[in-house]
Amino acid sequence: MKETLRFKLNGKPVSLEVDPGRKLLWVLRYDLKLTGSKYGCGEALCGACTVILDRQAVRSCSVEMKEVAGKEITTIEGLEQNGKLHPLQEAFVQHDALQCGYCTPGMIMNAYGLLLNNPRPTRSQIVEQMDGNLCRCGAHMRIVAAIETAARQMGGSAR
Amino acid sequence: MKTEKLRSLEEENLALDFSNLDADPGPAFPLNRREFLKLVGGGIIIVATARCSQAQEGGRRRGQPLPEDFNAFLRIGEDGKVTGYTGKIEMGQGVITSLAQMLADELDVPYDSVQMVMGDTAVCPWDRGTFGSMTTRFFGPPFRAAAAEAKAVLVELASEKLGVPKEKLKTKDGSVYEVEGSRKVAYGDLTKGKKILRHLKGVPVETFTDFEVVGKPEIRRDGVDKVSGRAQFAGDIKAPGMVCARILRPPAHGAKLTSVDTSGAKQMDGVEVVQQGDLVAVLHADPEVAEAALGKIKAEFDQPKPYADDKTIFEHLLKVASAGEVVAEGGNLAEGRKAADFVVDETYLNSYVAHSPMEPHTAFANIEGNKLIIQASTQTPFPLQEAAASLLGMPSTNVRVITPFVGGGFGGKSAIRQALEAARLAKLTGKPVQVAWTRAEEFFYDTFRPAAVVKIKAGVTKAGLLTYWDYGVYFAGGRGSEQFYDIPHHRTMSYGSGWTAPEGAHPFATGPWRAPANNTNTHARESHIDMLASKAGVDPIEFRLKNLKDARMRSVLQAAAKQFGWKPGKSPSGRGLGVACGTDVGTVVAHIAEVAVDNKTGHIQVKRVVCAQEMGLCVNPEGARIQMEGCITMGLGYALTEELKFTGGDIHDRNFDTYTIPRFSWLPKIETVILDAKDKPAQGGGEPAVICMGAVVANAVYDATGVRLLQLPMTPERVKAGLSRA
Repeated sequence: MKETLRFKLNGKPVSLEVDPGRKLLWVLRYDLKLTGSKYGCGEALCGACTVILDRQAVRSCSVEMKEVAGKEITTIEGLEQNGKLHPLQEAFVQHDALQCGYCTPGMIMNAYGLLLNNPRPTRSQIVEQMDGNLCRCGAHMRIVAAIETAARQMGGSAR
Repeated sequence: MKTEKLRSLEEENLALDFSNLDADPGPAFPLNRREFLKLVGGGIIIVATARCSQAQEGGRRRGQPLPEDFNAFLRIGEDGKVTGYTGKIEMGQGVITSLAQMLADELDVPYDSVQMVMGDTAVCPWDRGTFGSMTTRFFGPPFRAAAAEAKAVLVELASEKLGVPKEKLKTKDGSVYEVEGSRKVAYGDLTKGKKILRHLKGVPVETFTDFEVVGKPEIRRDGVDKVSGRAQFAGDIKAPGMVCARILRPPAHGAKLTSVDTSGAKQMDGVEVVQQGDLVAVLHADPEVAEAALGKIKAEFDQPKPYADDKTIFEHLLKVASAGEVVAEGGNLAEGRKAADFVVDETYLNSYVAHSPMEPHTAFANIEGNKLIIQASTQTPFPLQEAAASLLGMPSTNVRVITPFVGGGFGGKSAIRQALEAARLAKLTGKPVQVAWTRAEEFFYDTFRPAAVVKIKAGVTKAGLLTYWDYGVYFAGGRGSEQFYDIPHHRTMSYGSGWTAPEGAHPFATGPWRAPANNTNTHARESHIDMLASKAGVDPIEFRLKNLKDARMRSVLQAAAKQFGWKPGKSPSGRGLGVACGTDVGTVVAHIAEVAVDNKTGHIQVKRVVCAQEMGLCVNPEGARIQMEGCITMGLGYALTEELKFTGGDIHDRNFDTYTIPRFSWLPKIETVILDAKDKPAQGGGEPAVICMGAVVANAVYDATGVRLLQLPMTPERVKAGLSRA
């Protein structure tokens, strides 16, 4: 049942022999060795696995590979450019917007998805967009502050 | 290797009473010196012995055989880089940063030159586990002492090398230099090519006036790794030929497997089926294939008749409670009741609460030759090493547990079932095995915060003075039940010793949950104190101060009031303001909260929380603040929504759709105040600020509505029911 699927991953073209019914999260983590995206719930309830699929934040645990064909995926590993952290990543570090760090890649990718489509979000828009991402350590307050800082620094562009 | 054995080991692990440890048993070292040097390479080894005697005594009292072997805490490389070794693990609480601060400060090396190696049984000093806010309190002092001794040895070496008396030498930035003169030598140059073993006894540690790094806010040193996705958690560990296991689970705790048919799974390409006793597992390189194979297994179970559910559990617990133990008593209760102008008798209920770390229990295990390597999300690498060795019948020196970053623990990852499963399957298959629990398994096998009941009878005079306090806590445990108010006639009893309850009490495993027992006890005590204040018609902060001599508790109450801008008033004032205070792991906290209650929906929105904390020396004020914020945010969960639904051993909540933890939209404005007490020993920081959250919200709800909610969580249904009774 395997098919050859082509898509773009973190800016590079990928061709993969894969069962189109498999979930993107597991293909990322086991086939492509990109372990930054985390498993948290498996049912799109926590956001730890969030990646960008054609400019939209999606839960990779619930996206089938056939939905990915011909599209562009960005994972947490693709956010850093030339060894330089993305302003969102930098803001998370500077605000200490994490504790255990397990939800962090998903938080950052979800925030990235927000800024791609709304580069100057209000605080309530940030809260609304992030509400489906769970953090058990309670870094929420700092995460909101980090997203605000990053949005300000980026001055209306997502990169 | 029987299933029974696996079970008994787990029970043993769960039976460890983590709540009342007053001393870390201290480090021990499983490797001999030659093996250690092989693992860590060359350099100067500083060894500490005498300083651990107190900790060893503590361990002996608990029946822990502690080796007389040397203990190693740090290494200075030839390049001047310093590595600190600790059996503690990093699960978000931030000790990777604060321990590095302590080491840098005490050793006089640049903070950035320090790295920490944590929770690796092969190279780190023995440790019982990372829980009870003990890292800074109990590991900190010997760790600092080791660094102080190392520095003194380096000065001696420099003195010999430079031919300058020790008294004329000072240390700074990783070098020893002449006070008057220009000669200096770097630590790395001193140790170059040498392996030195030298003891110096009685070297004092720095006093607070010497601190340069300790006490200064530092952001997390693992931040960059964690925001980039590079940080490795147990599930990110891979090895050639690794297979992912999915294990057949019973539908309910207590259910017995009566028949199983694995033929469907066996027919799947590349799937390995393992069956040994009650353990039925399917393994495949692709976790989705393993999952599909699990779905092909047909199994039948005998289920025991449930004896309680989430509604009847409290009645059940009271029925099976053992004779109580006296926590504290004084005066004469009957006399105290006689002296009271008002009495309040109430019963408080707390439900089972899940740990729900974002990373479910995960482990990697691999057997190479006669050695077992486990990489696990665990709070207890050394107990895991022992348990895995015992399970597989091998010497513990042949087992190495490496702890990668742990994705949240909160007490739940003191339970090591997943790692023992991985070890067992690695042995049975001969392959590297990953056991990564699903969220459903994480809920099912969690060691929940126990459901508990607290009964309080207490009285107060018209003048607002407490006269008596008759307190009984059932099944939470005694931590946090000790009274700090001045009450002439009092008795505090604890029935059922927390999570180590006898069989038949809880329908599933219970265990330590961040500040175990104290959340339950503080909720009950501070709610009750609030009611007494209201009866006496006294402002809740004034009432507490009136009945409190404890200077530290008074100071945090006053600091919280000041930060909040508290204006005195009798509750219920309609303002929606609540107060609570308490003490945990040596630290005192006071919280003030503001809430809004929607009378139609019953929804409680917590708008603002102020928390003042006195924790002795605060090693990293930034880290301490984050822990306070985290405690406050996490505490909103057990206050407002978190409550496990179950029928007997059948746990209904298996994911975040029905079990609701705090979200961004709940977020109050959080303000934290840390009182300066750097001249006092460091106390716990990871747990105290969570203990007041039940009471501070309940008291604020009462102040807003005049309705007293005695059961946590305060769900919209319970709020509405309370409003309709009013």
